[in-house]
Amino acid sequence: MSLRIVVCVKYVPDATGDRHFADDLTVDRDDVDGLLSELDEYAVEQALQIADEADDAEITVLTVGPEDAKDALRKALSMGADKAVHVEDDDLHGSDVMGTSLVLAKAIEKTGYDLVICGMASTDGVMGVLPAILAERLGVPQVTLLSEVSVEDGTVKGRRDGDAASEQLEAALPAVVSVTDQSGEARYPSFKGIMAAKKKPVEALELDDLDIDADEVGLAGAWTKVDSATERPARTAGTIVKDEGEGGKQLAEFLAGQKFI
Amino acid sequence: MAEVLVYVDHVDGAVRKPTLELLTLARRIGEPVAVALGNGAADTAAALAEHGAVKVLTADAPEFADYLVVPKVDALQAAYEAVSPAAVLLPSSAEAKEIAARLAVRIKSGIITDAIDLEAGDEGPVATQSAFAASYTTKSRITQGTPVITVKPNSAAVEAAPAAGAVEALTVSFSEKATGTKVVSRTPRESTGRPELTEAAIVVSGGRGVNGAENFSVIEALADSLGAAVGASRAAVDAGWYPHSNQVGQTGKSVSPQLYIASGISGAIQHRAGMQTSKTIVAINKDAEAPIFDLVDYGVVGDLFEVVPALTEEVKARKG
Repeated sequence: MSLRIVVCVKYVPDATGDRHFADDLTVDRDDVDGLLSELDEYAVEQALQIADEADDAEITVLTVGPEDAKDALRKALSMGADKAVHVEDDDLHGSDVMGTSLVLAKAIEKTGYDLVICGMASTDGVMGVLPAILAERLGVPQVTLLSEVSVEDGTVKGRRDGDAASEQLEAALPAVVSVTDQSGEARYPSFKGIMAAKKKPVEALELDDLDIDADEVGLAGAWTKVDSATERPARTAGTIVKDEGEGGKQLAEFLAGQKFI
Repeated sequence: MAEVLVYVDHVDGAVRKPTLELLTLARRIGEPVAVALGNGAADTAAALAEHGAVKVLTADAPEFADYLVVPKVDALQAAYEAVSPAAVLLPSSAEAKEIAARLAVRIKSGIITDAIDLEAGDEGPVATQSAFAASYTTKSRITQGTPVITVKPNSAAVEAAPAAGAVEALTVSFSEKATGTKVVSRTPRESTGRPELTEAAIVVSGGRGVNGAENFSVIEALADSLGAAVGASRAAVDAGWYPHSNQVGQTGKSVSPQLYIASGISGAIQHRAGMQTSKTIVAINKDAEAPIFDLVDYGVVGDLFEVVPALTEEVKARKG
């Protein structure tokens, strides 16, 4: 039977751009170009490698986001994923992790899955907890923050490198996996891949299709509220000296003045 | 006074510093009730009592070590149900964040992660967070259920505040899902003898300019003279010069020490995201145009292989 892989991806404002909050204190998506979150490219890459090893596999990339989030899906399709699902609904604007995870979980169930793969975190919210929440919602094992992952005979195995120890993990499918940026460089889409992606199916879903009420998601349905967002003042310019042989000594003077030595 | 659950991060009974910081913050909101799980759980009580825990709920079972995350969620949920706290606080470690998130789903609560400060508010605890690579500071609160909040290391001072710290055994019955992900083997990291990167008061980091794994000894020597932790930029880690566990930046650790010394690091956004909330920042770089110099309190434009060893000697001489 075919191995059904769902990769969750997020369309985020470019981290190298000048990111801001909008007036309603959600992420401003208008002033900065969006793209597929870099950390999700690792998830797409591992999905492709697992699919290569399997006899028969199908990769669906899934995103929840505005119209432009299609760009993230196209990128993943051009890397080699087979099809895409885009959940788009005006009522989703301002969803927090609880709302977004609810939508993702319902869409994953509707799509059908054996393995869900996520990146380790998004590059905008950077919470890093969505995969664990998906596992909780779906009621399947969580095999997260892997630097190495493989699937064999209905079992997913991987290495989780923590602060204190490196752990070898194992769980029966279906399961939710997340992979780190140590899992292996993501491939660049080939010209052929980019052309092929244009013909791959992108299924559009709305909240109604997933039996989710508008008040369960969005800014109004969020379980957290941002009361204020303040731009951090630029650091005041410091002293910069050119090393003319005394740089080490001058630096030591500075550190001594600050009572570090 | 309302009780606040504090999840304890410990290694075989030795409480890690971020948990003691968490007790300082918890006392602003209510009376801390600590939850310690796994091997050595009961041994945490003395340190927790000294820092304000009125009660220490403990549980130990093989499941905590043998299976990933879920057994600890089951235990924390049991503590939550026993105590009915005003808030649940956890340290922002990778594992504790996952525990927090799953608990929040179960108890139908909102979650805030990676707070850098916490204060009591009229409508529940108010959490301060850094956003967009620390270019913004936000204040948020939870509007649904019992607030579940994870807090980053170095967000508060450790304060002595002796309390009873009475140890009580926590009864946990594991859910069917608890044994879903097996920990087949565990290889502890070799200790370097240096402070933990996220907890250190001083961090000395090396980047592309270090130009080779063997040259990191220069960075380590400075770190050791200052009693500092060693960090590395993504460029240095990707080149294989230093372990990923030491990476500072968006996809590595985010640190907020009293003093951060960047050597041979240009200061790309990916790195700045992980260090620009440091109190004092110092950089050594050949390139006077490097963006890192926009952040520094003191910068030296020069060859790190000249400046860093000279600084190390000077530090040693002054420390006698």
